[in-house]
Amino acid sequence: MDMKLTHPWEEAVDEIRRWARINSPWAIHFNSGSCNGCDIEILATITPRYDLERFGIKLQGSPRHADVMICTGPVTRQARERLVRIYEQMPDPKFVVAVGSCAISGGAFRGCYNVEGGIDQVIPVNMYVPGCPPRPEAIIYGVVQLLQSLKPESQKG
Amino acid sequence: MIQNPKPQKFIVPIGPQHPALKEPGHFEFTVDGEIVTSVAIRLGYVHRGIEKAAEERNYVQDLYLLERVCGICSHIHATAYALGVEKLAGITVPPRAQAIRELVAELERVHSHLLWLGVAAHEAGFDTLFMYSWRDRETVMDILERLSGNRVNYSANVLGGVKFNVDAAQADAIRRGMDFLEERTHHYYNIVTAEETFLRRTRGVGTMSADQAEALGTLGPTARASGVQRDLRIDSPYAAYTEFPVQIVTASAGDLEARFVVHVNELFESYRVIRVILDNFPPGEIEVRMPRRIPEGETISRVEAPRGELFYFIKSNGTDQPERIKIRTPSLSNWASVSATAPGHKLADMPMILVGIDPCFSCSDRSVSILPHDRQSKLWTWEDLRQYGIEYYR
Ligand code: SF4
Repeated sequence: MDMKLTHPWEEAVDEIRRWARINSPWAIHFNSGSCNGCDIEILATITPRYDLERFGIKLQGSPRHADVMICTGPVTRQARERLVRIYEQMPDPKFVVAVGSCAISGGAFRGCYNVEGGIDQVIPVNMYVPGCPPRPEAIIYGVVQLLQSLKPESQKG
Repeated sequence: MIQNPKPQKFIVPIGPQHPALKEPGHFEFTVDGEIVTSVAIRLGYVHRGIEKAAEERNYVQDLYLLERVCGICSHIHATAYALGVEKLAGITVPPRAQAIRELVAELERVHSHLLWLGVAAHEAGFDTLFMYSWRDRETVMDILERLSGNRVNYSANVLGGVKFNVDAAQADAIRRGMDFLEERTHHYYNIVTAEETFLRRTRGVGTMSADQAEALGTLGPTARASGVQRDLRIDSPYAAYTEFPVQIVTASAGDLEARFVVHVNELFESYRVIRVILDNFPPGEIEVRMPRRIPEGETISRVEAPRGELFYFIKSNGTDQPERIKIRTPSLSNWASVSATAPGHKLADMPMILVGIDPCFSCSDRSVSILPHDRQSKLWTWEDLRQYGIEYYR
């Protein structure tokens, strides 16, 4: 079959897509068994003091509209299947940000009989934000770093 | 021609991931047209096995683990645990440490109530109030950070006292913060009692009488909004609550509006008591030495968390690890009131009724098994539990 992937027209569309994605990513928040600490800090990032929305990032509900999944918690066994399902429902390309020590390694809950010990045990993770909980600034920094890494310049280098 | 179909009942499932829920929980609403006829609640997505893990760590490690049962009321969990262990060890904590515990507990109540006010307003579609109350909440977060170095999970407690002292500059910052918040809270009081559109979402919704509240075992502001006179800070004072007493705040209507009023009035009460503590700080040490090994024995420890009575049972076997820790959180007790008050309301009111009890999923997610009267006890083997878990989440 004739693959016209490098057609100039398609390249232009790809450019626009990437531009839109970097400038206005939509995020979904999933709590896979966290203590709430990280979740209230994620909520705090969208409220007036920190205002994540000024970067064009919008927290919304459906995984099918999301580009970025912001995950907290050490992944309990019950939430594991849901986490995978939600990840699969997200359209490609998709990115995962693991927020908090327990999303990274299990943190304080490492070794509990019911936890997997980190988001990356279950789905691939693109960016880790450490802290218990991380400050809202740290969460914003993490997401912005992720967006930076998508820019064509940084991908070449 | 299309026949008018007969009215049918069907089930609306919500969760575990849902825009209106910040934490995973699963609900099934049976609706008849628009009216909800019954609610089934399924929790457990956040069950991590903390009680078991606590048995495998030593007393000091447990302090940090138990603080993370819930990130919103972290200090009060650690306080309940520390008070229990200190009782077992027979140690008297210096009065200044107890006062700091109460101070941080009240600051935490302020942050938790403001948080709830915002989230509840958000569920009502009133995002302006959500944004305002969260903006103002940053004031108390700043104070907590200035005191402890962390915004959430402040680890104020150590076994035998507290970790940080409060100096004059910090006290001034707290006073200034309280002044600002008090002024703002008057504004919120006006909104929740006089804003017509908001009242339509809250007045007469989810009403619970005092008898019902007692029978369903509700606790905290949810019960006090129905006129139940129960507040552990007054009924059985702990930490420094004998020296710095608080007044009970109740309402009688029992609906969502009353819960808003109780929460807001408790904010005023917290501001008042925080100022009293700052003006009359007892001098002295903030920590005493604790033994590594805790003498054999068992104890209970009860405190008033922002959401109601928090109960800890601690059993020690003389080593440096507890033999058993049992936690009963207020959110768990309050869930029953949702399925009792929801039927008869519109589906659109459900988010309000759900957040009306100020639920905290990470606190509630433990397994409870209720045995019939005639059965004495039941021992679950690991295999039984596993099988049960697989069936439950199928
Ligand atoms: S990293 Fe810490 S604050 Fe965040 S969810 Fe885990 S235990 Fe809670």
